[in-house]
Amino acid sequence: MLRLENCRIMNGDYAVEADLEISPGACAAVIGPSGAGKSTLVEAIAGFLPVTRGRIFWNGSDLTNSPPGKRPVAMLFQDGNLFPHLTVAQNVGLGLHANLRLSQSERSQVEAALERVGLSGMGGRKPAALSGGQQSRVALARVLVQGRQILLLDEPFAALGPALKAGMLDLVAELTRESGATVLMVSHDPDDARRIADQVVLVADGKAHPPEPAAELLDNPPPALKAYLG
Amino acid sequence: MLVAALILGTLAAVAFRAEAGTGIAASDYVALRFTLTQACLSALLSVGLAIPVARALARRRFPGRRLLIALLGAPFILPVIVAILGLLAVFGRAGWLSGFLGLFGLEPVQIYGLHGVVLAHVFFNLPLATRLILQGWQEIPAERFRLAAQLGAGRLAVWRLLEGPMLKRVAPGALAVVFAICLSSFAVALTLGGGPRATTIELAIYQAFRFDFDLGRAALLSGMQLVLTGGAAMVALRASAGEGFGTGLDRMIRRWDGRSAWSCGLDGFWIALSAAFLLLPLAAIVLAGLPGLTALKSNVWQAAGNSILVASISTVILLALALPMAAAVAAGRNGMTELSGIMGLAASPLVIGTGLFILIYPVADPFALALPVTALVNAVMALPFAMRILVPRAREVLARYGRLSLSLDMQGWAFVRRVYLPRMRAQTGFAAGLAAALSMGDLGVVTLFADPEFATLPLQIYRLMGAYRMEAAAGAALLLLLLSMGAFWLLDRGGRWHAEA
Repeated sequence: MLRLENCRIMNGDYAVEADLEISPGACAAVIGPSGAGKSTLVEAIAGFLPVTRGRIFWNGSDLTNSPPGKRPVAMLFQDGNLFPHLTVAQNVGLGLHANLRLSQSERSQVEAALERVGLSGMGGRKPAALSGGQQSRVALARVLVQGRQILLLDEPFAALGPALKAGMLDLVAELTRESGATVLMVSHDPDDARRIADQVVLVADGKAHPPEPAAELLDNPPPALKAYLG
Repeated sequence: MLVAALILGTLAAVAFRAEAGTGIAASDYVALRFTLTQACLSALLSVGLAIPVARALARRRFPGRRLLIALLGAPFILPVIVAILGLLAVFGRAGWLSGFLGLFGLEPVQIYGLHGVVLAHVFFNLPLATRLILQGWQEIPAERFRLAAQLGAGRLAVWRLLEGPMLKRVAPGALAVVFAICLSSFAVALTLGGGPRATTIELAIYQAFRFDFDLGRAALLSGMQLVLTGGAAMVALRASAGEGFGTGLDRMIRRWDGRSAWSCGLDGFWIALSAAFLLLPLAAIVLAGLPGLTALKSNVWQAAGNSILVASISTVILLALALPMAAAVAAGRNGMTELSGIMGLAASPLVIGTGLFILIYPVADPFALALPVTALVNAVMALPFAMRILVPRAREVLARYGRLSLSLDMQGWAFVRRVYLPRMRAQTGFAAGLAAALSMGDLGVVTLFADPEFATLPLQIYRLMGAYRMEAAAGAALLLLLLSMGAFWLLDRGGRWHAEA
């Protein structure tokens, strides 16, 4: 259970408040007008923004003051998820050891992850030699070997075409169903939410609302969401 | 912090000794006046000549323009002693110009003294000033020129509307930078100045040191020099805020003005004149050096070996200082770091050298430490330039990959080795190349510390010149030129080799 208890997150001169729980294994879409603080919310969970009030818990343990790399969190950013000077296999291997000293079994783990996302045999390439969709798959393979319990997506597939994006979301859903990870996915597209999310967290007017079942919320939107959906 | 300690520590040593000094002699005032006079003249001439050259380069397109602009960067890493030999070959008593004048029965020109010092400074700083001012020209948006053309603005109107205001903004900065550089001129004054009436403060420090071994007076002069350069560096940094070093200068701007035959001819004249002024001495050194190159004595090769060693150590020290400092500045952690980079600009090599000598003297034999001290001071001198190259890239790397690395728990050495160093490679190579070339050609602090048995290549060339063995000096100068340019090319190229964008 991911719990944000009476949290207030400052990002520059605006603040987002959150008091909510997300059940383990859920896939929650974070939806709201642009500039409302969707990214701010997930960045606070990842540890990039400090909470000025309240606490963040995962399964009862307090994460509020842990550094980003020590949280049970894997995160994919809008861009810059891969290091261009490292090979595909090295980029994935970073998820196991940041110093890249990998044992034989860890190396086969990397290879297995690449195979799982449909990139077997491409471990020796550099990211620049891959298409946009393939680069996203490399990042997902790294999430796979990281084996963290929470996955945060800050619109990492926004630059892909609609069909490719849908495919990547399906792959995320499939992978996290297998691993049982809890997913928070920032999106400005309600179709993304419908596609894989079972819950929706609405962020509007400086407040992150507690999650509600996706289908019901999107079919009968409250005024704030209605204004956004149009 | 280490750098600040080095600079401040040596300054403290200097200040401490200065108080024990004997007061300012009349000759010191002469040195002060000469220093200011030559710096003012050099700055005015460099910038004054740079304006028509930059204007010609800004509004003409011709084959070789890019090459010429790139060449304008070359004097920066050109060893001073090499340039001086080249200038002597062209403008000296037995030089080309004197020979040409001799054909008409005229007296040969005299290069030693104030005008020789100013000539050499203009040779070094005209290209720099041209680059700074050309940048100002390139920053005038193309749309403005289009608008001016549409309004039918003539030469005077374009000048009043666009070029005049730009120069008012850019020229003071260029003046201040050249002035600050010329204040701490040592090698030029050592070789072309000399005599009590053409002595800069830096040269006076050296003379107090080498000839009289009067550490108190050297310290006092160092204090004077420091106040002067410190003030000038502050003014220069204020006046030239944001002026980049070595930025791209080839944005295409179409010009509709200046089409008349008169202005074409004028621009052609300025471009040809500046190119000749820059290239003739270089050509002269190559021509004069080739015969001497095959007959180099073993002590020249030995000196070359010392120079390569000094340059290598200096480059390693520079990188060890600059890479962590760039990261610290980029992370915004340490306000002090940028400051010590500025202090590196203000402190002169001879001042630091004097301070180090005073510090080392009671403990060890300074002459035995000539090599490491030279390498260290050279590295500190190259630091401000290295920081200007490294910091913007370090900011970019941290901004782009900092969060991803944090989320992967990639910290400390793993981040440095896997992300920071690989991403900084091209800039590191460029900075290392500059440092190596500067150190290779440096004729500064080594003159304080070297005993007769030890020499770097520039010092050896200076000694050969002093012994009037000009052919051997020219050969060694060509070798030095090749070594400096080679070191720069090798390191800069090495940084970019196989580097991904």
